[in-house]
Amino acid sequence: MNINLTFLGQMVSFAILVWFTTKFIWPQLNAAIEERQKKVAEGLAAAERAHAELKDADAKVAVEIKQARQQAAEIIEKAQQQANQIVDKARVDAVAEAARLKVAAADEIVSMQQRAREELRGWVGRLAVQGAEKIVQREVDASAHKAMLDQLAAEI
Amino acid sequence: MASEPQGGLTEYITHHLHHNVVSLGDSSFMKLHLDSLVVSFVLGVLFCLWFWLKARKATSGVPSKGQALVELIVEFVDTQVKDTFHGDRRTVTPLALSIFMWVVFLNSMDLLPLDAPSWGVKAVAGAETAHHTFFRWVPTADINTTMGLALAVFFIVLGHGMKAKGALGFGKELMTAPFHADNLVVKIILVPFNFVLNVVEYLSKPVSLAMRLFGNMYGGELVFMLIAGLFASWLSFLPGVLFNTAWAIFHILIILLQAFIFMMLTIVYIATAREHH
Repeated sequence: MNINLTFLGQMVSFAILVWFTTKFIWPQLNAAIEERQKKVAEGLAAAERAHAELKDADAKVAVEIKQARQQAAEIIEKAQQQANQIVDKARVDAVAEAARLKVAAADEIVSMQQRAREELRGWVGRLAVQGAEKIVQREVDASAHKAMLDQLAAEI
Repeated sequence: MASEPQGGLTEYITHHLHHNVVSLGDSSFMKLHLDSLVVSFVLGVLFCLWFWLKARKATSGVPSKGQALVELIVEFVDTQVKDTFHGDRRTVTPLALSIFMWVVFLNSMDLLPLDAPSWGVKAVAGAETAHHTFFRWVPTADINTTMGLALAVFFIVLGHGMKAKGALGFGKELMTAPFHADNLVVKIILVPFNFVLNVVEYLSKPVSLAMRLFGNMYGGELVFMLIAGLFASWLSFLPGVLFNTAWAIFHILIILLQAFIFMMLTIVYIATAREHH
């Protein structure tokens, strides 16, 4: 085997082939590779983002639930306070009413006593007059003895 | 050589079509093509190492460029397999990947300068040794390599057929397909026809696989040798370089295409073998 120009020619054309490959074939392959890398990276980033978002949402939900619970507790407390107030007011009202009724009743009793006494006095006077009429057997001048009878009635 | 280009070219081509042969016996069968064996072994190891290293360091995160390239190749092969073969791909995709990458590597040897091995030998051992040393470093331009590959594929296809249908079912299909009959007598009459047809069909698969790849690569190599004849004079040196480069660039397509065809046909054969008639 003789080594001659043949090998030189082949080396030159091989060099051109290598140049051609680096210039025209490798960039396309490289682009495909880089696109794949980008796609994977984007996918991973999207997953990460979704994960973070989920976490965020979870936290937000927790906060909101806490707030809602707090609000509910506040509402319940307020309602209880209100109920207590209502009950207290009702009690006070009832006590006042009872007192008022008692006073009214006492007043009435007093006035009824008065009336009964007055009536009784009248009756006593009249009975005394009738008794006296019967005793003296004649008509007593009522008006003449009224002062005396009134005094008698008052003494009863 | 430059003074008589025609004779020189004939000698050149004849020389370059010689394999590095190791004789193990007197018969013409008992010979080893050492060049084909060594080159295919080294390239096979190279492929395995490359993919093994990338697979070992593979991350599920953003891939490095090397990993992305390997992923692209694997995904490409897996997509082809998925489209053609509907079944358990766990062994089929690796097979297709190995075939594709190995054949691409073997074919790619065609792009390297044809005379590089002889130049190396000359540099190491001198011109006289180089004259008697033969080294063809495109293993797929050797019918032994392609036939070996095709036969391996053939046995794998047979294995798939038997696994899918059972040895009995496979044997039965050899006798009863593609010509069917309902009548038992007609069935028996059809057995030899079916059997012969199936045997021819099965044998034609590895032969066509091997011949296609070998023919393409051998032809490509031969064209490189013919173009090398142009380097014999200064006048045709520049056209020679141009033709050589143009053919090499075109050959990239052939290299990938032939590897792809070899892989696709393997998948198709496996898919067909698994199909029930």
